Amino acid sequence: MPQFDPTTFPSQIFWLAVSFIALYWVVARLAIPRVGEVIEQRARLVQEDIDRATTLKAETDHAIAAYEQAMADARAQAQDHIRGIALEIRAVADKKTAEVTATVNAQITDAEVRIAKAKTDALAGMRTMAAETARDVVGKLAALAPDAGTVDAAVAAALKETR
Amino acid sequence: MAHGPMEQFNIEPLVGLKVGGLDISYTNSALFMTFAVLASFLVFFTATRRRTMVPGRWQSVAELLYEFNAGMVKDNVGKEGLKYLPFIFTLFLFILFGNILGLMPYGFAFTSHIIVNASLALFIFVSVTIIGFARHGLHYFSLLCPKGTPLPVALVLVPIEIMSYFIRPVSLSLRLFANMLAGHVLLKVLAGFVVTLGLLFGWVPLVAVFGVTLLEILVALIQAYVFALLSCIYLNDAIHLH
Repeated sequence: MPQFDPTTFPSQIFWLAVSFIALYWVVARLAIPRVGEVIEQRARLVQEDIDRATTLKAETDHAIAAYEQAMADARAQAQDHIRGIALEIRAVADKKTAEVTATVNAQITDAEVRIAKAKTDALAGMRTMAAETARDVVGKLAALAPDAGTVDAAVAAALKETR
Repeated sequence: MAHGPMEQFNIEPLVGLKVGGLDISYTNSALFMTFAVLASFLVFFTATRRRTMVPGRWQSVAELLYEFNAGMVKDNVGKEGLKYLPFIFTLFLFILFGNILGLMPYGFAFTSHIIVNASLALFIFVSVTIIGFARHGLHYFSLLCPKGTPLPVALVLVPIEIMSYFIRPVSLSLRLFANMLAGHVLLKVLAGFVVTLGLLFGWVPLVAVFGVTLLEILVALIQAYVFALLSCIYLNDAIHLH
């Protein structure tokens, strides 16, 4: 077996040492720094992106909160405004209603006065007319000519009875 | 058969070199060690020439190898182990490329030579022992006797632990050596059958060679991983005791 030929051992050990040291140099000086750097850089980049995303998310949350606050404020303000306007409208309406009611009441009172007067006038007219009609009827039926005083008294008595 | 199954392991000097009576000729084994270094260099050089955030094919390979080794060291040795990452990474790449290049046609697997594996294993063994004593002083001996062991058990346990400690470099180097040797011999023997059986039945061992080659690629990966992993575990013992 060539593996157990000791004359080849010095050469194998020597070249093993030489090439192993050479490879160690390649690994320590070239492979590990370069590959390590790229992996580290990638990890850093990913971390930076995550950090930025976190910051942006915080900003977004902040903006959403501000928006919601503004929305709530606006809504509250609008409610106040609406309530104020409603109160104003009611006040105006109440005032108008009061005015109209007062006018109408005045007109009603006025009308009642006029009606009462008209009624009095009508009653007065009716008495004169009844007296004349009574005198005519008496004259025609009984051929009498009663004096006005008597007729008036009789009509007044008759009206009192009917009332 | 023109070639015996063991001839593939012959060490042929390519450039003769003698220093002080020692023959350190540049051989086919040394050539493939050089290839392993060059292949690793090329992979990492081309892969990391343009370092992009979204890796291309080669950069993915380089990152995969890096993450694999860094993960192995971190999981088995912890954060303190990361300063030994260059060594473990080198060990893994050296054995991996040695195994894989050995499977190439006309390739030579320098990991199928026990002296190479034994040198690596002994270096790891001695380094780990030095690290252990440097970190813990004489307390490092407590590795051989877990805390709270009753005396009768300890009398049996300590010799076993001592034996298992000193057997580490042997098992570490023999495992890789046996795996590579067996695989290459098997491939050679099966390939010899293809010629012997001729056109009529030669396809049967040919299919077998195909299958065994796939298996050997798997073995090449696994053995490189096992070697590096066991080194990590020994290192962990030296750094953290039990």
